[in-house]
Amino acid sequence: MDPISLPFTKQRLDNGLEVIVHEDRRVPIIAVNVWYHVGSKNERPGRTGFAHLFEHLMFEGSEHHNTGYFPPLQQAGALLNGSTNTDRTNYWEVVPTSAIDLALWMESDRMGYLLPALTRERFETQRDVVLNERRQNYENRPYGFGMMAMSAALFPPDHPYHWMTIGGADDIRAMQLEDVQAFFRTYYHPANASLTIGGDIDTARAFELAERYFGDLPGGPIPAAVTAEARLSREARLVLEDRVELPRVYMAWHSPAMFANGDAELDLAADLLANGKTSRLYRTLVYEKRLALDVSAYQSSRELGSFFLLAATAAPGRSLTEIAAIIDTEVQLLADAGPSQSEMERALAQAEAHFMYRLQTVGGFGGKSDQLNAYNVFRGDPGFFAHDLARYREATADGIRMAVASHLAFDRRVLLSIVPRSQPALALPGSEPVAVS
Amino acid sequence: MPADRSRLPQLGPDPSFTFPAIVRHTLPNGLQVRTVEHHGIPLVTFVMQIEGGSGADTSGREGLAAVTGDMVDEGTGALSAIDVSDALARIGAEYDLEVGPDATVFTLSTLSRFAERGASILADLLTRPSLRQDDFDRVRQMRLDRLSQLKDLPPAVAERAFLRLLYGDHPYGHLSIGNDAALRGLTLPDVAAFHDSSFRPSRATLVAAGAMSHGELAKVAEAAFGHWADSGARAPLARAADLQPAASSSPRLVVVPRESAAQSELRLGHLSARRDTPDYAALLVMNAVLGGQFVSRINLKLREEKGYTYGARTGFDWRRGLAPFSLQASVHTAATADAIRDSLNELDAIRGARPPSDHEMTLAKASLTRGYPRNFETAHQVARSVAQLALYSLPDTYFEDFIPRVHAAGASDVTQAAAKYVDPSRMTTLVVGDHAAIGDSLAALGLGDPLILPSDS
Repeated sequence: MDPISLPFTKQRLDNGLEVIVHEDRRVPIIAVNVWYHVGSKNERPGRTGFAHLFEHLMFEGSEHHNTGYFPPLQQAGALLNGSTNTDRTNYWEVVPTSAIDLALWMESDRMGYLLPALTRERFETQRDVVLNERRQNYENRPYGFGMMAMSAALFPPDHPYHWMTIGGADDIRAMQLEDVQAFFRTYYHPANASLTIGGDIDTARAFELAERYFGDLPGGPIPAAVTAEARLSREARLVLEDRVELPRVYMAWHSPAMFANGDAELDLAADLLANGKTSRLYRTLVYEKRLALDVSAYQSSRELGSFFLLAATAAPGRSLTEIAAIIDTEVQLLADAGPSQSEMERALAQAEAHFMYRLQTVGGFGGKSDQLNAYNVFRGDPGFFAHDLARYREATADGIRMAVASHLAFDRRVLLSIVPRSQPALALPGSEPVAVS
Repeated sequence: MPADRSRLPQLGPDPSFTFPAIVRHTLPNGLQVRTVEHHGIPLVTFVMQIEGGSGADTSGREGLAAVTGDMVDEGTGALSAIDVSDALARIGAEYDLEVGPDATVFTLSTLSRFAERGASILADLLTRPSLRQDDFDRVRQMRLDRLSQLKDLPPAVAERAFLRLLYGDHPYGHLSIGNDAALRGLTLPDVAAFHDSSFRPSRATLVAAGAMSHGELAKVAEAAFGHWADSGARAPLARAADLQPAASSSPRLVVVPRESAAQSELRLGHLSARRDTPDYAALLVMNAVLGGQFVSRINLKLREEKGYTYGARTGFDWRRGLAPFSLQASVHTAATADAIRDSLNELDAIRGARPPSDHEMTLAKASLTRGYPRNFETAHQVARSVAQLALYSLPDTYFEDFIPRVHAAGASDVTQAAAKYVDPSRMTTLVVGDHAAIGDSLAALGLGDPLILPSDS
């Protein structure tokens, strides 16, 4: 058997909840992980930020536990958290083995019985908390608005990825408690959810407990899938002024959706181009020519469509123009000639090791239970782990070359320059100012 | 049989906690090695902990330990920095550097079938770094550039100013990245001298944890590091931990103006306790009640009740020497003064006016102890934890003693510890924020006129 594998058992309850169980007896802990197939892609302009605010509200109590979600679980020695992105919302706790009933009771109560606990006071407080989160992570950070400007440029205003998951500040302020009920009924029910239990538990017992706690929650219709497409027809150049010392350039292209052909290839291309000291752009820009302070690349894989992002911060006195020219040269070279044999060996060794490292932790963000839910929600099969690994093992130099050539064309991308205040001339030539707040 | 929703389910009994055996080995060259078996996933983590850290930076050379640490992977023997990175990548290794106040920690994780190769590369980096001039110039310049960027990052501005205010000229009083003048003044011979004096077997501890036997791990360690000589005269190691910081004349209120900032970055605190304090367990419990968990007085007040912040916490920045205790939060600008007021009230109340309740004590202890095994799930966590035992000269039984020690702390121990180690009347309140917007409201706090500092002081 492949030492890099993620075994599981899966069942579906009558109400539509899919339950996945993974045994790992090494540490006396159990990870409980719930995914709801809803994210900021399910919002609409004017009501952005709602899915994420709703995630906050899930920690404020439920009908049969009409007080905070944290105290009983913290009392049980749990670690817990949740997150929202464009495509999904996840919630997890890692509890000592002895607290599994509590964890499942709590998760099922908020899945089935949240609304009676949602008071106007709790709603308004969490709205304030979210506005602070926005300030902390976006407004009061250097380059904090970069992805906001980039998303707005990559996707048209009515495309679900146009706005950030955190949402617009005005939209957040305009939210009403009444909107919450409809949202809960549509998206927060067993048929739109996936539950993984992973860790120090017997498979049969785990399914018994899942049935006991979740079995009698009413299901609901699976919400209609969101579809949307986006395509760039030209190269767009934008400039944003910010409280920063050094200019930074971001380049982004539309790219194949999560797990689609080309997705793994572009993930590998990102590493070859710009991640770590062995990458082509690090060597040229940072190590040899010292034009950039840092460079990075990322295939941002998403359900409806991905984007490939490259970023470089200029060293003092160096221009974004010369940096962009070198980036273009290296991208073109990769599109023309592909990676070398040596680069492929290295990239595949790293990718394989990465899958192994991912097996170390049962809970939390990116832990085994989170991965199983991801494969289940996005592919309908927790066993997709094996296919995911295979697509990296089977990636070829020519496959990478073709993915770069097809998707990273220079006439269909967004170039965003973030420059120090009052220095718009430091941007790439021809950049139009954008305003983000 | 559906769940009974009339009450929460009972918890089962807490399982007993055991930590795997730590076996100590001493190589002929004096290197202390500790091995731990951690089976399940075929991975191994090596941690090399070198005495010194940023506390070993001498005055005028702040940043030297960090530059030296950074230079270590810039080449060895015939290998350039790129070659080193390539060699590590080919064995799927993850390499990490952390420069703390008392030690510099190098971590390398790899698939266990590459353990020998990984240890060998690590040994070459640590014991025979090339330390070339052009690499030094590049690394130093990069750090200068990063330092200038930190002026725009409110948490970094706050950390930097706060350490300086609390410690003054003491070696603990700077971020490991150092300062502009010191970095500019550094030379490659400084790095070579620092490396020579501190990167010696007698000043290092190696921890190896992973899916191999103790014997195999020790053998790999010896093969890789056995050649490492502890040569030449050795200057006595000046330990920052043994130097007493000057009596505090830190001002009550300090503002670093950040025009139009959406939030104020807050640090409230003072120098407080040493890691080897006999009150350590009581302080952990105290901190859990006050601000060390989501459900704690500070976070519930500032976030969940008032909505001033996305999160507020308290904590000790432990080190061998006298460590700071501080409250940290990023708060909505308009709420700055109110947040400070509420914070000072909470910091005061736990000292006696509102001691921890039975429920708070139970919750604090449970949150510290019931989840404890979670901290040792990966080989990396195990290796880093054992390195901490070496850092603080703690016994190998420490992890198994932890839960009973926490449970032994009583409410009066905790209140007395709070009264002794947390004192709002001698705290410095530091605000990185929009002074124009909040100046008047700060004046009403009764902390006196603020000292105004620039963001790169």
